[in-house]
Amino acid sequence: MINTFFYTLGQGVKNVFRNKWFTMASLATISACLFVFGIFVAVVFNVNHIVKTVEEGVSVTVYFNEDVEQERIDQIRELVTRRPEVYRCDFISADEAWAEFSKKLGENAEGFTENPLANSENLQIYLNDVSKQGELVGYLETVEGIRKINKSELTANTLTGVKAVVTYVSVGMIALLLAVSIFLISNTVTIGISVRKEEINIMKYVGATDFFVRAPFVFEGMIIGLIGSAIPVVVLYYLYNAAFEFLRSNFAFLNDYISYIPASEVFIYLAPASLIIGVGIGFFGSFFTVRKHLHV
Amino acid sequence: MAEKEKEEKKKKKSRDKGKDSSKYVIYLEDVNKAYSDANGVPALMDINLKIKKGEFVFIVGDSGSGKSTLIKLLLRELTADSGKVIVNDQDLTKMRHAQVAKFRRTLGVVFQDFRLLKDRNVYDNVAFAQRIVLKSEKEIRKNVPNMLSMVGLAGKYKAKPKQLSGGEQQRVALARALVNKPTILLADEPTGNLDPRNTNDIMKLLEKVNENGTTVVVVTHNRDIVNSMQKRVITLKQGVILSDEEKGAYIDD
Ligand SMILES: Nc1ncnc2c1ncn2[C@@H]1O[C@H](COP(=O)(O)OP(=O)(O)O)[C@@H](O)[C@H]1O
Ligand SMILES: [Mg+2]
Repeated sequence: MINTFFYTLGQGVKNVFRNKWFTMASLATISACLFVFGIFVAVVFNVNHIVKTVEEGVSVTVYFNEDVEQERIDQIRELVTRRPEVYRCDFISADEAWAEFSKKLGENAEGFTENPLANSENLQIYLNDVSKQGELVGYLETVEGIRKINKSELTANTLTGVKAVVTYVSVGMIALLLAVSIFLISNTVTIGISVRKEEINIMKYVGATDFFVRAPFVFEGMIIGLIGSAIPVVVLYYLYNAAFEFLRSNFAFLNDYISYIPASEVFIYLAPASLIIGVGIGFFGSFFTVRKHLHV
Repeated sequence: MAEKEKEEKKKKKSRDKGKDSSKYVIYLEDVNKAYSDANGVPALMDINLKIKKGEFVFIVGDSGSGKSTLIKLLLRELTADSGKVIVNDQDLTKMRHAQVAKFRRTLGVVFQDFRLLKDRNVYDNVAFAQRIVLKSEKEIRKNVPNMLSMVGLAGKYKAKPKQLSGGEQQRVALARALVNKPTILLADEPTGNLDPRNTNDIMKLLEKVNENGTTVVVVTHNRDIVNSMQKRVITLKQGVILSDEEKGAYIDD
C-alpha cells in the first residue's frame, strides 16, 4: 500500500513534466484567474477599509439644554444606545470637551482658568450604518432636553452610494471571474485529457482500479493548482507593495483622508484562500474529467 | 406432462449447464449484442461458444463480422444485451463496475495498434502492469526482465516505443499482457500491422505461451497462418458463428 502511494505520488510528479504543454496551459489558466481574483480581493479589501474608516468618523453630536440634569442625560444616553442603528454612544463631559479643544488651541489655551465650555457636555453617537443618520436625527428631535444636534457634514448618501457601487462591482467581478475560469479550465482539461484518454484506456485494460487510474491525475492536478496559485500570490505581493508606495508618494494629499491596508494584512487572507482555490480547482478539475473516462 | 416433471427437467437442465460452464474458461450462451447507435442491427446474434482451459483458438471473419465485439464482451468492456458470458468462472453479465478491474487481471490483451505508453520505455511499459497489481519493486525487477527475455527483447529495455519496429512493439505489448500470468490471452488482430516475418515470430510466441498452459484466443485475417497452424478456427459472419472446427482452415466466401 505504501509502495502504491509513493508510486502514485511519483507518477503525479512525472505527469507534470511529461505533459509540458498541458502543464503550461493549466498553470497559465489557474494563475491568470487567481491573479485577477487577487487584484479584486485587494481592491475590495481596501475600499471596504476606506469606507469603514470614513464611516467610523461619522458621528452625531447632541448638546443639552442648560437646565438639564445629569440624570436626564444618562437617561437619554440609555435610550439612544438601545437604538439598533447606534453602534456606540459616548458621553463627553464639559471638562473632557475643553481638554480636547485646548489641545487644538495649544499655547493659546493657557490664559483660561475656568472652563469656557461649561455648557458643552454632549453625547457623541456613532452609527453602525451611516444611511440611518437621518432616522436617528428625526428621533433625537423628538427627545426632550436636547438643545442642538450636529450632523456629520459627509452626507450619508455619498457613503451609501460608494458602498453600493463597490458591492455591485465586486459581485459582478466574482461572477465574471467564475464564468471565465470555469470555461478556461474545462477547456484546458478537455484538451489535456484527449492525450490521456489512451493512457487511461490502457490502464483499465491491464486491470487498474478506478482509484489507481485517478490518483496520479488528481495528484498532478493538485500540484499544478498549488504552483498555479503560488505564482500570482508572489507576483501580487510585490505589485501590491509597489502600488502602495506609488499611491503614498504620488498622491500624498490623499494620505490625510485615506489609509490603505498593508500587504501583510491582505495576504494573510489572500494567500491561503488562493492556495485553497488553486488546489481545489486542480483536484476537482482532474477528478471529474478523469471520471468521464473510467467506464471502459 | 405434469407441471412438476417439467420443472424438474428444467432444474436438471440448468444444473447441467452450470456444471458445463465450469469446465470452460470461456462460456457463452445465447449471447446477443447490438450497439445502441446501430439502428437495432445486431453486432452479434445467438452466440454459443465454449473454450476449454489450455486451448488455442483462432477467430476469423470479414471486417465488421463482430470479432472485436466478441473480444470486448470477454473483456467486459461491453456487456451482452442477453445471454450468458462466463469467463474464468465469473458471470460478466452480473458483474459490477467495481469488480471489473480485479477480473481483468486474470486476462492478458494485445491489440493491432500495440497500445503502449509512448512516453515510457520498454521496461516501464511492462512494469506498469505489475505496479497496477501492487507487486513489490523487488518482484518487478525480477519478473520484467524475465518476461522481456521470453519475448526476445532483453537488450532493449531502455528504448522508447517509437525507437522500436512494429514487431518489437508488439512483443512489448505481449510481455505486458503476460507478466501478470493471466489464464487467458486475448489478441485482436495482433499481426494486422506487421510484415510476414514479424507475423510468424509473434505467432510462434503465442504458440509458446499456449504450450505453457495459457488459453489463447487470436482474432486474425491472416489466411496463411490460420491454414498452416492447424488450430481450432471459429468463423464469424455478420454476427453469427458460421463454423467452428478443430484443426480448421480459413473459410472463403
Ligand atoms: N462503437 C460502435 N458503435 C456502433 N456500431 C459498432 C461499434 N463498433 C462496431 N460496430 C459495428 O458492429 C459490427 C461488428 O463490428 P466489429 O466487432 O468491430 O467487427 P470486426 O472486429 O469483426 O471487424 C460492425 O457492423 C460495426 O460497424
Ligand atoms: Mg475488429
